[in-house]
Parts: sequence; C-alpha cells; structure tokens
Amino acid sequence: MLSKRHLRRTVALALSLGALPAQAETIQVTIEKMAFSPADIKVKVGDTIEWVNKDILAHTATVEGGWDVMIPAKKTASMVLGTANAVDYYCRFHPNMKGRITVTAP
Amino acid sequence: MLMRPIAALAALCLLGAAPLAQAADKPSDPQIAHIAYTAGVIDVEAAKQAIAKSKNKDVVAFAKDMVRDHEAVNAQALALVKKLKVTPQDNDTSKALTKAAARERDKLAKLDGAAFDKAYVENEVAYHKQVNGALENLLIPSASNAELKSLLETGLKVFQGHQQHAEHVAAELK
Repeated sequence: MLSKRHLRRTVALALSLGALPAQAETIQVTIEKMAFSPADIKVKVGDTIEWVNKDILAHTATVEGGWDVMIPAKKTASMVLGTANAVDYYCRFHPNMKGRITVTAP
Repeated sequence: MLMRPIAALAALCLLGAAPLAQAADKPSDPQIAHIAYTAGVIDVEAAKQAIAKSKNKDVVAFAKDMVRDHEAVNAQALALVKKLKVTPQDNDTSKALTKAAARERDKLAKLDGAAFDKAYVENEVAYHKQVNGALENLLIPSASNAELKSLLETGLKVFQGHQQHAEHVAAELK
C-alpha cells in the first residue's frame, strides 16, 4: 500500500510533469449513417477524443474558427484537448452533422 | 395489395419532371442498381459544371461535397454489383433521368454568376428531393437483395443530408 506521503509525492510529480495528467482517457465518438454518436460528450483537459468513422464517406470534426480534424472513410482520427472550454463542432462536408464537446480542467 | 401501387404513385408524383414510364412496375435489382448509379453520375456531372462555373465559395464547397460523396457511394455500388455478379440493366427510368439532367445542364450552361448559383442550388434541392422520394417509396421497398437494400438505405441517409445542405445553401443565397 502507498503511504500518504508517497502518494502526495507522486501527485506532485504528475502535476510538475504538467502536460499529461495521470488519468488521461480516450473517449470514442462513433460516426455512423451521417451522425456523431454520442453527439454530446464531456471530457477533461488532456483526454483524447477518437472519432471512429464507420461510414463509406469522409467526414471532418471542425470547430468554426478553431480546429479541424479529417476523418477518412472507414478510418479513425483522434485529437488531444488542451484547453478547458465548451465547443460546438460539425462536419464541413455535411454541415447537418453536429456535435458538442465540453472540456473541463482535470 | 394496396400499398405498393400507392407507393409507386407517390414516387411518380415526386419524380414529376422526369416521368417514369416503368415506375408503376416493380423494378428488378439490376434495374434498381442502374437507376441508383445513374442518379449519382448525374449529380457528379452537375457538380463538376458548378465547380467550373461558380465563383461563390459556398456553392463550390457544396458541389465538391457532392462529387466526393456520390463518387464514394457509386464506388460502393460498383463493388457490390461485382460481388453479387449482377449486371446493372438500363431501363426507362434511367433514360428519363439522364434526359432530364441533360436538359437541366443545357439550361444552366446559359446562366452565369448569381443566376447560375441560384438555379444550380435550387435544382440540387429539387433533385435530391426527387431521388430521395424515389429511394424511399419505390427503390428501397422493391430491392430484394439485402445488401443492395442496405446500400440504398445508406444512400438515402447521405442524400437526405445533401438535401438539407442544399436547402441551407439556397437560403444563404437569398
């Protein structure tokens, strides 16, 4: 078992490493039949979002005036989220496909 | 059964501009494959005309989406007919669609600038509505092969998206 002091030191070390929080997770969003599912997700800074495109068409995950991720047909693309905020995104090729990501501090 | 003639009639009404001589009869799978493929080719050609003529970035972006998606769906359709060893069969519906598309292309060729953009996008709304109606009411219910039916259903989802996209671009142009 870890002593409290040891745990504190581990946490301090993780914090000093900064960029990669210890429990960064990968959250999957499936794209099927022209829709993001789940469409609305909540993640923490440092988590990875992985879009799994099951359609035969290319899609994108795009934030107006922000990031843009290409997701080719039958492929997967991912992105790490660096800042805490909430964004609406859509597919540039099919603007009726919409999603939302809420990023909170870890 | 009463349902089928009504569905066929509804599809006919939706098709309007392109009269379907055989639509009242249930099309066979090789005919359905040919109709769906032809409908895709027509929209790709219309899009290429728009990419060459239009200077509106929303219109060009929409047209590029049409080329990308319809070519992807048609590539799937070709792979499927090859796998099923089905030879798409030309038919009166495909011929009527091709003829109507040639007329529309000639009409659009004479227009320029905003007038072209408006006519192209409005035709895209009408065309996708027409094709989606035919898919929903005639082609999907008539398809007997499960894989063909499933590809048509995927196509319908995609083209419904296109219709909404076209409606959005049309509204922006006003």
